[in-house]
Amino acid sequence: MSADATSTAAGAPLVGLRNVSKRFANGTLALQGMSLDIGEHDFISFLGPSGCGKSTALRLIAGLTRISSGDMHWSGAAAGNSKNGKTDRDLGFVFQEPTLMPWAKVFDNVWLPLKLAGTGRDAAAPVVKQALEMVGLSRFADVYPRELSGGMKMRVSIARALVTHPRLLLMDEPFAALDEMTRIKLNNDLLAIWREHRFSVVFVTHSVYESVYLSNRIVVMAARPGRVIDEIRIDEPYPRGEDFRTSTRYNAHCTAVSQSLHGALHGVDIDH
Amino acid sequence: MASTSITETHAAAPLADADAAPSEASLRAHEDRLRRRESLLRIAVPAAIVALLLLAWEWTVRANNIPHYILPAPSLIIRTLFDNWESLSNALWFTVKLTLLALAAAIVGGVLLAIAFALFKWVEIGLFPIAVILQVTPIIAIAPLILIYVSSTTAALLLCAWIVAFFPILSNTVIGLKSADSNLRDLFQLYKASPWQTFRYLLAPSALPYFMAGLKIAGGLSLIGAVVAEFTAGTAGKETGLASRILESSFRTEIPMMFAALLLVSLLGIVIFIVFAALSRVVLGHWHESEMRRER
Repeated sequence: MSADATSTAAGAPLVGLRNVSKRFANGTLALQGMSLDIGEHDFISFLGPSGCGKSTALRLIAGLTRISSGDMHWSGAAAGNSKNGKTDRDLGFVFQEPTLMPWAKVFDNVWLPLKLAGTGRDAAAPVVKQALEMVGLSRFADVYPRELSGGMKMRVSIARALVTHPRLLLMDEPFAALDEMTRIKLNNDLLAIWREHRFSVVFVTHSVYESVYLSNRIVVMAARPGRVIDEIRIDEPYPRGEDFRTSTRYNAHCTAVSQSLHGALHGVDIDH
Repeated sequence: MASTSITETHAAAPLADADAAPSEASLRAHEDRLRRRESLLRIAVPAAIVALLLLAWEWTVRANNIPHYILPAPSLIIRTLFDNWESLSNALWFTVKLTLLALAAAIVGGVLLAIAFALFKWVEIGLFPIAVILQVTPIIAIAPLILIYVSSTTAALLLCAWIVAFFPILSNTVIGLKSADSNLRDLFQLYKASPWQTFRYLLAPSALPYFMAGLKIAGGLSLIGAVVAEFTAGTAGKETGLASRILESSFRTEIPMMFAALLLVSLLGIVIFIVFAALSRVVLGHWHESEMRRER
């Protein structure tokens, strides 16, 4: 099982970033010279204070924001089919809010990525059901999002991101708005799904504890300008459970990551 | 003592919070309570006032022996309505047709224009002032010109009613099409949705609540437009509506007939309002806040 934590080195990276920067039209340098290789079955956390460019980096990888300078390379398999020159990235995205369509039932929300790709309702039904089972919501296919709790909505959002079986799952502070109990439960469930389906995750968070618990690699970032200041490996075996969460090793990792993060905050006025 | 003080602090904390910054949920709950009380009062109070007014009216007319050519009693108005039902029902049908046709044209025109506005910035910049000019110029002032230039009276009436009714649909639908959630837009971009897919599955449903609000306004306005235009047109034309009946009976000082036709206009307006309110509930009731019935 410990092989899980060290599987990154094998083979070419899924996505490679070389010296990637993003400057917004108003002149703000949101991200400066980021280099990163996202390997097969990595669980990478972007950790840092507000304004450190972690969400920007995620949007760059997703292709939702244009890179100002630098290179991004997708491995052949993950790049998928290219149609009219545009690369079809093999990824799923989970936003900070569940971002469900309030007018559509849970089933239709999860079906959406397949529907947009031209898969009909009947053809998609088994895959959608499977995705809902994965997040433990198979009984809720026929309800509207407003009838669900915050945690359940987030599960639907995860099911929607995974319904296309992407190689890479991008998550932008997905559990930040949830209560502690729900967050722990979702952390555990996410790890279980990740281990079973062996995709890679890039997980944006501002919680040291969450990042140490989940990831095998933590990218520590600093603000003004947004940049990477450190990368810390958490070489702990999966599955990780309550034993790990209460272990001294977990605490030691948290301390190390916190110290690195404090380096990021040092000398910077924190105005929030 | 200790236990009381604990419960007090527990009880005081949320209250203090609510005072400092009422949460969205508590505001909504409060709004909901107000709305429910209001909807009950909305029916009870006007009904009681109307009933009282009618009784007072009937009594005043009878007690003072007011002649019917000055002020007919409600009972006489009802009788006139039934006695002249054939002529009045024809007029009612014409007005209904005119109103619904104008509204249908307003929906088609308003929505198509709104889509063009939302898709092409320069169409909006170029055409919006014209839409505003059409909207702010009183229809009663344009109607005579339209009646001169458009040879078919029915077409002229339709045009007048359309001008009044299309603007709320246009402006509401434009706002609705622009108000789609930005994360959902990103999601559609991520999955390479075609412009048509984005419109069909994201923009149109997002715009629906706004469109329905516009439709409720436009329903009433199309009736007003139809009646105003017909007043301007006078009693000319082969087919005539309720406004012509009112004009006609005013020339003949048939006051009860005027009231009977007026009653039908009002009832038509009320029916249109109720139909669109119900439609809005059917279309949005299962997901949109504005039409949600809350369980408590």
